[in-house]
Amino acid sequence: MKFAVIVFPGSNCDHDCYYALKHALKQDVEFVWHKEASLSHYDAIILPGGFSYGDYLRTGAIARFSPVMRAVVEFANAGGIVVGICNGFQVLCEAGLLPGALMRNDSLKFVCKFVNLRVENSDTAFTTLCGPGEILNIPVAHAEGLYYADSVTLESVKRNNQVLFRYTDESGEPNSESNPNGSLDNIAGVMNERGNVMGMMPHPDRCFEEVLTSTDGAKIFGSMVEWLSERT
Amino acid sequence: MISARIHITLKSGILDPQGKTVLHALENLGIQGVDEVRIGKLIDMDFGEVTKDRAEELTHEACKKLLANPVIEDYRIELVSEDGG
Repeated sequence: MKFAVIVFPGSNCDHDCYYALKHALKQDVEFVWHKEASLSHYDAIILPGGFSYGDYLRTGAIARFSPVMRAVVEFANAGGIVVGICNGFQVLCEAGLLPGALMRNDSLKFVCKFVNLRVENSDTAFTTLCGPGEILNIPVAHAEGLYYADSVTLESVKRNNQVLFRYTDESGEPNSESNPNGSLDNIAGVMNERGNVMGMMPHPDRCFEEVLTSTDGAKIFGSMVEWLSERT
Repeated sequence: MISARIHITLKSGILDPQGKTVLHALENLGIQGVDEVRIGKLIDMDFGEVTKDRAEELTHEACKKLLANPVIEDYRIELVSEDGG
């Protein structure tokens, strides 16, 4: 299994993703600079968190036009597995690979803390190691994580089971207290209709071994490995 | 020379927490009677040797492709040529 971690100017979770995949999941992984034009020899692509291009204009808006994004779009359109974490999620929405947009947190504050996530669809390439409705403990760290989509888009995303994670309290109840950013319907992560592109604001790359106090992030990366190894 | 002034605003109906916070600050300052505050962006672009029509076309293209996100934002453009036209 060979993973690519895309590095934009301003990415700062690229090493976290690399480390998680290489050392915790024992996978082959390479950094790919944003100027690269081809991704054909990889099995999955990770767009890491950070502040690509200084978040200028809008988060992800400039990165979306990096040379490598043409290859990411081609890879995704061919059915390849693509994951965007935090800033990576913002880039994927800007690129039109995922529905909706990420906006300024309703609190106007940068939020950095562990949150509870309920797995809404465990039958995907990204959640196959999770149980239905399982509560994961994964940290968020963002100022622009309010998930927004117009009502028509939101309805279709929900109807097609594209919502993968919701912010909830410890008992798994989504409510305004457990929503760290004002996301519509407490949505923390979504996938595309085809099910091969996923974006999430929380950071599985920050909780994949005991020393990081939670290992739930390894379930997300592990699901991808499992899903891909069954198919290659 | 032709310039384009682009106003980018959140679509109506989308919550603007920045605007809301500023509205509260205005109320605290005793500036009453303001119903709503919405905050957007203003972008000025100067063109070289292009016609006004071409400048307008390029500005729309820039807004649609990059400057505004159609999921959450609307834009409005004003074109000004040096002769005031």
